[in-house]
Amino acid sequence: MKMLIFGATSAIAEAVARKVAYDHGDLFLVGRNSETLDLMAQDLSVRGAGRVGKANGDLTHLEKFTEWVESAAHFMKGIDVILIAHGSLGEQKELEKNSDLAFDIFNVNFISAALLAETSARYLEKGGRGVIAVIGSVAGDRGRQSNYYYGSAKAGLECFLQGLRNRLFPLGVRVLTIKPGFVSTPMTAHLKQNFLFAKPEVVATGILKAIRNHKDVVYLPWFWRWIMCVIQSIPEILFKRLKL
Amino acid sequence: MDKSPKASHWNDSKESWGKYPKTEAVVCSLKSRSQKISDAIPLGQEELSYLAYGQGRSYGDSCLNDHNLLILTEKLNHFIELNPETGVIKVEAGLTLKEVLDHVVPRGWFLPVVPGTQFVTIGGAIANDIHGKNHHVAGTFGCHIKSLELVRSDGTQRICSPHQNEDWFRATIGGLGLTGIITWAEIQLKKIACPWISRETLRFHHLDQFFEYTLDSDSKFEYTVGWLDCLSQGAQLGRGVFFRGNHLLLKEASEIKSKKEKIKTFPFNAPEFLLNRFSMKAFNSLYYHTHPSKKAELVHYRPFFFPLDGINHWNRLYGKRGFFQYQCVVPFEGTQSPIYRMIETFAKSGLGSFLTVIKTFGKVSSPGILSFPRPGVTLTLDVPNEGKKTLRVLESLDEMVMDAGGRVYPAKDARMSKESFKKYFPERVEFEKFKDPHFSSSFWRRVT
Ligand SMILES: Cc1cc2nc3c(=O)[nH]c(=O)nc-3n(C[C@H](O)[C@H](O)[C@H](O)COP(=O)(O)OP(=O)(O)OC[C@H]3O[C@@H](n4cnc5c(N)ncnc54)[C@H](O)[C@@H]3O)c2cc1C
Ligand SMILES: NC(=O)c1ccc[n+]([C@@H]2O[C@H](COP(=O)([O-])OP(=O)(O)OC[C@H]3O[C@@H](n4cnc5c(N)ncnc54)[C@H](OP(=O)(O)O)[C@@H]3O)[C@@H](O)[C@H]2O)c1
Repeated sequence: MKMLIFGATSAIAEAVARKVAYDHGDLFLVGRNSETLDLMAQDLSVRGAGRVGKANGDLTHLEKFTEWVESAAHFMKGIDVILIAHGSLGEQKELEKNSDLAFDIFNVNFISAALLAETSARYLEKGGRGVIAVIGSVAGDRGRQSNYYYGSAKAGLECFLQGLRNRLFPLGVRVLTIKPGFVSTPMTAHLKQNFLFAKPEVVATGILKAIRNHKDVVYLPWFWRWIMCVIQSIPEILFKRLKL
Repeated sequence: MDKSPKASHWNDSKESWGKYPKTEAVVCSLKSRSQKISDAIPLGQEELSYLAYGQGRSYGDSCLNDHNLLILTEKLNHFIELNPETGVIKVEAGLTLKEVLDHVVPRGWFLPVVPGTQFVTIGGAIANDIHGKNHHVAGTFGCHIKSLELVRSDGTQRICSPHQNEDWFRATIGGLGLTGIITWAEIQLKKIACPWISRETLRFHHLDQFFEYTLDSDSKFEYTVGWLDCLSQGAQLGRGVFFRGNHLLLKEASEIKSKKEKIKTFPFNAPEFLLNRFSMKAFNSLYYHTHPSKKAELVHYRPFFFPLDGINHWNRLYGKRGFFQYQCVVPFEGTQSPIYRMIETFAKSGLGSFLTVIKTFGKVSSPGILSFPRPGVTLTLDVPNEGKKTLRVLESLDEMVMDAGGRVYPAKDARMSKESFKKYFPERVEFEKFKDPHFSSSFWRRVT
């Protein structure tokens, strides 16, 4: 497998990359922390990866998107899967007070991810194959007072991906929306861990399986589908009174 | 956005494998091997003492730092380099032996020394200078370290090896995590042909026979170890089962299909009433009798080295009060060995142990100043925590070990006294020069 990863230093993305390396796949890593990218690239090579390339930059820099996809395609001699993994949770209370911060959260979680998916589509549709896999979140399934900035960005992203999937279907390119529940990663390190938290490795296995099985949308771990089904079914008239 | 807890607000109660003692600490983690320790410490916590925490597979309190700070090494989990010609591997210190083995075994290499579980980190293996079933030929883990990096609370970084910063190297191997944090290490692996071990199992009806077997086997077998029924007495004192093995040399053997491992989980802390002398006696007797008097077979390396890893959280068997592990080494004196008296004392004490292990240590000496193994015989007992009674019996064992000029393993200890530690480890004086002034542990405060 030849995989290009945006936000490669994310814990979930790293777990995916390790599995691809184990199967001797090729990887191209894009992220903003060059030191971490270097040690990841070394690690993935030792773990068995074929070629491992990398590019460094902030993923809100739209002007670089095409260049990254093209360098990856050139480096790996093609691309099978493009994984878009970066994201940022933000601090809800601060976001309510500070529109600049709120703008950044929308930018990272929605604008950057959506436009990277579109840039990826422009490349893959030429070959008429490939998968664009994007990490959304169960938080996008319903707006809640505790994280509606992050949640609404992920919800917008999901809607965008539905449209993109619809557009790309006849062209042979698939779009996978990944919706993890709680995962033990740096993003959630400040939260008290409980039995609902999954390990990044478990989520990574689920992502690769969903890619192989041509899924459109996947909840990870699977039980989140049912949890969110219940949460979505609560009438708004009641929901607005809940402390969630 | 400052989420750091106040000093009075302990955010974690990490445990060691023995689930005793219970402690509270502030827990943070080193984000990468280049991060300075001072940058990992939450704001306002600088005055606490620090200690690295690997996988907490030590039994007692050497990996705990009650009401102080623990620095997790779990993010230091990257491979750096594997030289396929020489078998030298360079890895970050938070990788577990399992991750390393999973990677190197298919490439024809094995770790030079492995303990009874693969869920320990490289850093933990170095800091306790662990030993395995091949101590009589291979020495300790530290004997196979080509170099390591040590970072200290003052921001210094040192590459240490037998040729460079040698004194720091010797202090850090077996240094109980007190010299600073090991960020990476280079290890000389051992060539193997396949993942299989040819194992022989021999039952021995008395401790005398164990000594015969081990004397006879240590020159022919790379791995030897005995399990003892610690509750049988008289003519059957110290009966047990002897295991010996060698790596299989046949390349074709890598084709042998191994059964898919099923990992089970011990679901909850066992209620205390299940742990009594009768259940232990029954278990020990059953274990002895279900092993054939002699058998040779091929086994995969995992069940051979890590039989207990097949059950997650098996330490819950001992209930929420936890258990002690007691491991000592005494000089080799054949049938005069104080081990006879120790087993007799233990069998009569009214305590019990499921897992009593005996092995001879060889003469290969470790570079580590505080390293535990010495030539002789090592005995390990798992003892449920029954409070004062347990402590009294273990103290009486201590006296025998001391009289014999032996010592007790800090990696497994939660109870030895200051006086015992001083007698067991006179090297402490030399070691202390290299201790990081900002580092400490519950163990260290207890024994010094
Ligand atoms: C089932 C079982 C079987 C075992 N069998 C054996 C055996 O056969 N032989 C044997 O010798 N031991 C054995 N042990 C003990 C175990 O191997 C050691 O206690 C080992 O050190 C645990 O490693 P850890 O990564 O869990 O470290 P921890 O227990 O978390 O820490 C151990 C020590 O290492 C230090 N440390 C950890 N990481 C670093 C680092 N990066 N830099 C500096 N210091 C660090 C800690 O501060 C602490 O002092 C066994 C344990 C179990 C549970
Ligand atoms: N953890 C969960 O519970 C959870 C649940 C549902 C969905 N998710 C989603 O899963 C994905 C992966 O997150 P994670 O849990 O693995 O957390 P993580 O390890 O914190 O990863 C987030 C990554 O996003 C990167 N990033 C953020 N803003 C960026 C920017 N402007 N430019 C470049 N990179 C940027 C971060 O880079 P730096 O390392 O350089 O900061 C980091 O690597 C995210 O999309 C997240 O929303 C997570």
